[in-house]
Amino acid sequence: MEAIETLAQQEYKEGWVTDIEMETAPPGLNEDIIRFISAKKKEPEFLLEWRLKAYRHWLTMKEPNWQYMAYPPVDYQDIVYYAAPKNTPEYNSLDEVDPELLATYDKLGIPLEEQKVLAGVAVDAVFDSVSVHTTFKDKLAELGIIFCSFSEAAQEHPDLVEKYLGTVVPYRDNYFATMNSAVFSDGSFCYIPPGVRCPMELSTYFRINTAGTGQFERTLIIADEGSYVSYLEGCTAPMRDENQLHAAVVELVALKDAQIKYSTVQNWYPGDEQGKGGVYNFVTKRGACKGDNSKISWTQVETGSAITWKYPSVILQGDHSIGEFYSVALTRNKQVADTGTKMIHVGKNSRSTVVSKGISAGNGQNVYRGRIQVLKKADGARNYTQCDSMLIGDRCGAHTFPYIDVGNNSASVEHEASTARISEDQLFYCKTRGISTEDAISMIINGFCKEVFQELPMEFAVEAKKLLGISLEGSVG
Amino acid sequence: MALLEIRNLRGGIKDQDIINGIDLTVDRGEVHAIMGPNGSGKSTLGKILAGHEEYEETGGTVRFQDKDLFELTPEERANEGMFLAFQYPVEIPGVSNAYFLRAAMNERLKYRGEPEISAGAFRRLLDKKMKQVDMDPELARRPVNEDFSGGEKKRNEIFHMAVLEPTLSILDETDSGLDIDAMRIVAHGINQQRTADNAMIVITHYQRLLDYVVPDYVHVMYQGRIVKSGRKELAFELEEKGYEWIREEVEAAG
Ligand SMILES: Nc1ncnc2c1ncn2[C@@H]1O[C@H](COP(=O)(O)OP(=O)(O)OP(=O)(O)O)[C@@H](O)[C@H]1O
Ligand SMILES: [Mg+2]
Repeated sequence: MEAIETLAQQEYKEGWVTDIEMETAPPGLNEDIIRFISAKKKEPEFLLEWRLKAYRHWLTMKEPNWQYMAYPPVDYQDIVYYAAPKNTPEYNSLDEVDPELLATYDKLGIPLEEQKVLAGVAVDAVFDSVSVHTTFKDKLAELGIIFCSFSEAAQEHPDLVEKYLGTVVPYRDNYFATMNSAVFSDGSFCYIPPGVRCPMELSTYFRINTAGTGQFERTLIIADEGSYVSYLEGCTAPMRDENQLHAAVVELVALKDAQIKYSTVQNWYPGDEQGKGGVYNFVTKRGACKGDNSKISWTQVETGSAITWKYPSVILQGDHSIGEFYSVALTRNKQVADTGTKMIHVGKNSRSTVVSKGISAGNGQNVYRGRIQVLKKADGARNYTQCDSMLIGDRCGAHTFPYIDVGNNSASVEHEASTARISEDQLFYCKTRGISTEDAISMIINGFCKEVFQELPMEFAVEAKKLLGISLEGSVG
Repeated sequence: MALLEIRNLRGGIKDQDIINGIDLTVDRGEVHAIMGPNGSGKSTLGKILAGHEEYEETGGTVRFQDKDLFELTPEERANEGMFLAFQYPVEIPGVSNAYFLRAAMNERLKYRGEPEISAGAFRRLLDKKMKQVDMDPELARRPVNEDFSGGEKKRNEIFHMAVLEPTLSILDETDSGLDIDAMRIVAHGINQQRTADNAMIVITHYQRLLDYVVPDYVHVMYQGRIVKSGRKELAFELEEKGYEWIREEVEAAG
């Protein structure tokens, strides 16, 4: 297996640091910091109170240790909870934005400017803790769509924020979500009014830049009755020796007949071959299909992070509501991805589909952890889960932990699983047809992930394929 | 200069030679049949020529199209025009046969400094070749060899060969596992590919295939060596007498 032994040797391409002056809070977590953050953001009183409640609850909680991973303890007092570019945190036009910052986005390939206008993507870019610029706001506003940074929403639409914040992920939910509730820095907010079909993909890019900062964004998306929105999230972080913490919360609310499609391509710095550095990605993502016939789909392609701990879930409250989860997770080097989903069937005839593709290379460990729960009232609920693993080389691993919990006899729950290994014979076969090992692996991986890529918006699918290609590049001798 | 010149080739797996000194010259326009008992090293020869990493050459030389074969990577050998039809074709799940062949085709064109083939032109080429080897179009759409029957896999190898138009094809028991009709169709497909410019090494156990694909030379392999060579009549003799007399001859020669 020499050819695929050396997998995972390639460099992280987004690993540069942007040199701009930052305003940072002193490290540490206490009530003063929380008040500082809230004041900086000119938040309404209810939000500060909510943060403080969360913080006080967090003090009583213990860090979880049940997941399939070991990581060095995080010193939460050593993290900077607020960092913002010093110059002009509020922008009226792109001209006011620090050119260094724009150059950063250029490098990332996030065209805030004309190209993206043509592409029809509205971008809300979160750089460490402050939302830098939101394009298309006016055009969206005509339709009554609100798409802005979370901070802005807290100031300008406090009623909506107060009504929905914490309704899907309560502040007591889990250790990291509670911490996020206390110190969340910024994030995106999106509201689609009844009957409106959002005409473009809404998109956010997150980037951790400042050394030693944690990123705690909070995203809240509400699709009101009969509306539709497709939302894209992309992430990168510079290469650093110390670990960076990313503890985000995403809450989705779909009311009657509404649809939310949420796609993520995550490429946080995964750490080097020895497992040094890299982002700890502890994320709580959950959607609630509150209304009848509502639908929420999560699609994710995860190639980064040292440790990923993430279970995008759907609570299927409405009758005939639909939850979907499509995931590709790639781990190499010493990466660990513990990911999966929870589908909680409450409404009658609610349906869920789970397709999880785990790819492990090098010493990577891929864990699928899924829970399908059918409550007593959920007559006719149906779930289909397909969980496939692909192993490249023989030092990596894949682990599957499906939990099924059915409380209604008329429900049907199906689970299929498979494990495949890219074999030397397959690679040799490709070579005798003139196809190199790298191209062969990327072809096989793309074939393996096809069902998930199909769910991604076109340009994201192209990016995801490239990302997998890049991540495996040079990894094969 | 011959298309392929093998001189005193030795090689095999770690610490153990399976091929023990082979000489073979193949010219353009020729078909060489290699026969021989199970385990005599026929497939190993094919794998060493095609560059399987598990196998290593330990002595001798091979020149292919006037290049030192062992200086070329397996994919370079393929792009130079060598082709191996597998005794046991491999499944590539999730990758359609047509997509796979187009990727292979484009690699070949790139290697030769030519522009990629357009989707339309490739489609037409595929249609033509499917007819030539009587291939079910459905099999071109399906993932490479996945859930193909044994016979379909073998026919797919010939289909690959037809599309890629190699200069030297090594067909490893492409006739085994085929029903009588399929054997005739595959043989027809092989004959369609025969030109004055290319050559084939056909490994087989059955004289029957050689009724259709008439070889210029027949070689008998035994214990990693070519112990006897002749014209097509040798195949009849083997069919009739088995390999015992070959063994006796070899042992008598010491
Ligand atoms: N990878 C390997 N590891 C161990 N032994 C091997 C390996 N490859 C080949 N051999 C051995 O080398 C010998 C030749 O094998 P090979 O497959 O070349 O025979 P063959 O002539 O093609 O036989 P058949 O007619 O049955 O296909 C056999 O004894 C086989 O067991
Ligand atoms: Mg054989």
